[in-house]
Amino acid sequence: MADTLLEIKNLRIEATVYAPGEKPRNAVIVDDVSLALERGKVMGLIGESGAGKSTIGLAALAYGRGGIRLSGGEIVLNGRQIRGAGAGTLRSLRGREVTYVAQSAAAAFNPAKRLMEQVIEATLHHGLMSQSEAEARAVDLFRTLSLPDPESFGRRYPHQVSGGQLQRAMTAMALCPKPDLVIFDEPTTALDVTTQIDVLAAIKTAIAETGVAALYITHDLAVVAQVSDEIMVLRQGKMVEHGTVQQIIEAPREDYTKALISVRSIDHKEKLPSPAPLLTVQNVSARYGLIGKDVLSDVSVEVHPGQTLALVGESGSGKSTMARVITGLLPPRKGEILFEGKALPPALKNRSREELRELQMIYQMADVAMNPRQTVAAIIGRPLEFYFGLRGKARDQRVQELLDAIELGKGFGDRYPAELSGGQKQRVCIARALAAKPKLIICDEVTSALDPLVADGILKLLLDLQKREGVAYLFITHDIATVRAIADSIAVMYQGRVQRYGPKSDVLAPPFDDYTDLLLSSVPEMKLGWLEHVIETRKMTSAGN
Amino acid sequence: MKGIPLSALLGLFITGLYFLAAIFAPWIAPYGMSQIVGDVWEPASSQFWLGTDNLGRDLLTRMIYGGQTTIFVATMATAVSFTLGSILGFTAAVYGGVTDQVMSRLNDLVMSIPTLIFALVVLSVMPVTLPVLILVMGLLDSTRVFRLSRAVAVDINVMDFVEAARLRGEGQRWVIFREILPNALSPLVAELGLRFIFAILFISTLSFLGLGIQPPSADWGGIVKENREGIVYGIPAALIPAIAIVTLSISVNLVADWALNRTTSLKGGRGG
Repeated sequence: MADTLLEIKNLRIEATVYAPGEKPRNAVIVDDVSLALERGKVMGLIGESGAGKSTIGLAALAYGRGGIRLSGGEIVLNGRQIRGAGAGTLRSLRGREVTYVAQSAAAAFNPAKRLMEQVIEATLHHGLMSQSEAEARAVDLFRTLSLPDPESFGRRYPHQVSGGQLQRAMTAMALCPKPDLVIFDEPTTALDVTTQIDVLAAIKTAIAETGVAALYITHDLAVVAQVSDEIMVLRQGKMVEHGTVQQIIEAPREDYTKALISVRSIDHKEKLPSPAPLLTVQNVSARYGLIGKDVLSDVSVEVHPGQTLALVGESGSGKSTMARVITGLLPPRKGEILFEGKALPPALKNRSREELRELQMIYQMADVAMNPRQTVAAIIGRPLEFYFGLRGKARDQRVQELLDAIELGKGFGDRYPAELSGGQKQRVCIARALAAKPKLIICDEVTSALDPLVADGILKLLLDLQKREGVAYLFITHDIATVRAIADSIAVMYQGRVQRYGPKSDVLAPPFDDYTDLLLSSVPEMKLGWLEHVIETRKMTSAGN
Repeated sequence: MKGIPLSALLGLFITGLYFLAAIFAPWIAPYGMSQIVGDVWEPASSQFWLGTDNLGRDLLTRMIYGGQTTIFVATMATAVSFTLGSILGFTAAVYGGVTDQVMSRLNDLVMSIPTLIFALVVLSVMPVTLPVLILVMGLLDSTRVFRLSRAVAVDINVMDFVEAARLRGEGQRWVIFREILPNALSPLVAELGLRFIFAILFISTLSFLGLGIQPPSADWGGIVKENREGIVYGIPAALIPAIAIVTLSISVNLVADWALNRTTSLKGGRGG
């Protein structure tokens, strides 16, 4: 093929692992992966964390993070072998023929320099254009990426634009030197769904207009289906399946791909509300500090015993503030919180131990929600000791029961959090909450930091526990798919207010208000042409745009 | 205890040697502490391994007894400063608000006065005894530890696991000693090595100025003072304590570095 831009053959990438208490050993991160990318085509690389997709993406720049070694195979770019090429060759290549768009734009921009300066920096460095030509091109790209005020956008500093805009500015930076290939490394993962869709549309337009080839790395199959021509599914550094988008989505061959596609298809029938709600939030308003805007204004919702209320909304909608108000970390300015009909003291310090026990919390980042210096047994055992006075054998026995309940076997009790995987950590946090035998657990984005398949497992576990223990959940999330899977009733939050509230079947059924429509339609679907369809039919655009 | 790096082994060996010599001083020292056994400033010989001092006392004996006092005072002062400084620092961080402001500003006030001058003033008023010395040094040094532990604890205090403990209803004591302290150990250990050496330098300085350990008791600063005139005649007696201080400093910090590596290792390490 004459127009093959990038060809990777039998790529092998290794690193040395320094595991605690063991001798350093060699780990194979990517094994025998081959791909060929034609000019102007987009290939999606998809897989869970640790699948090696980012590593392969960076290998196209002949770059390895940390102690990574590109130890075998060929990387041929524009007919030139670049694996093991000299530093000079690589310097002339990076930022000219291949460019890179990172996941966190906020961390990738220098906060002290204006956007324009950074966007055209690589172009000028390689001497590809004059200053004025480069600036003109950047403005064109800003326009293509539908950034506001393309003429003056470059004069702003990174902190003056939103996350979605910054991500598009980075795309402009990558496209500015007219590269042959752009590596997109999870460019929309850190964004809200409603923002993600705009960035996605912008990237797609920009790719189409500039005719650049791209490797698009993500863990979200639905996203990659919108922008790619081909998809490669990776797992644990090996290729699982490779095909056109249509074939992968509509007729996946491998079981793993099928699992990825059918993820979050949990069928959960909603329960009817009981006459006596467990938790009632009544006309609550709250703000941080004494002056300023209310973060929550006049919010009223109910959670029924043994059921799940999902709080949905984008970042800044007040979801997590709600959790802080209910737990007493942030006493409300107005309004009341009733637990089983009785008013809870607004501030944490005035609540009794019994009141605290009945209301537990699970956090988004299981990593930081556990003391890294305590073993799993100590973490789960503490609530048992604290609330029930269990000690010695009785305590150990109950800890083992809880470990069984979260489907972690023997031997996990002696481990430290750093020795657990992301999903296992979240399970331990669930066990810690369960140990208190609570009536209500607040789950704050508990699955958003996890890979889809792992998140699926956590949701199933939560549903299962609800069935067995009769615990109610207040489930905070921005992910509609999760809500569909787990909720009995839903409250849609927007700018500190409850926009729409009721049983799941009512909230998710038309007619929608504009915001709920935007939120629902922004969730990527595993359908070809979904993106174009949504952009044409939606009623409002995201506030974060 | 496998896999101790060579540097740490060396550090452990030398530190251990100094501490053992200090503990068993009366049994190891070849002569009595203030016993005059020879001429003034005799050179090193098989009889007097390090020579004799300005009064004809055996210098090795003086060094061993001096090490005992110096290391004891420095260790105790460091213990006082770390106990006090870290507990107060954590308390300020955990309570926050007015408590934190009052404690931190008071701390700033004490820190703004040069340590040596402050100590000299206090010691010229108070009787110079070992407990007073240790307390004064410990208190003055605790201001540094306070700042460090407060800064470290403020960061840890906002982590989700501390919030989880609060939501469980744990008291401040649990939060300080069980949630924050284990995670603040690494920077504190690093500081410990450094502070111990500063304490040795401090007590030596005080003794050199005549406000530290009082004669006839020996300590390293005092030995320098007694023998300083010898330098003019090319007598190395005053340099011996300096060598001791240097070797002890380096070896203690080698051990501290190693402890630091261990506590920040992946297993149970923060953010590992």
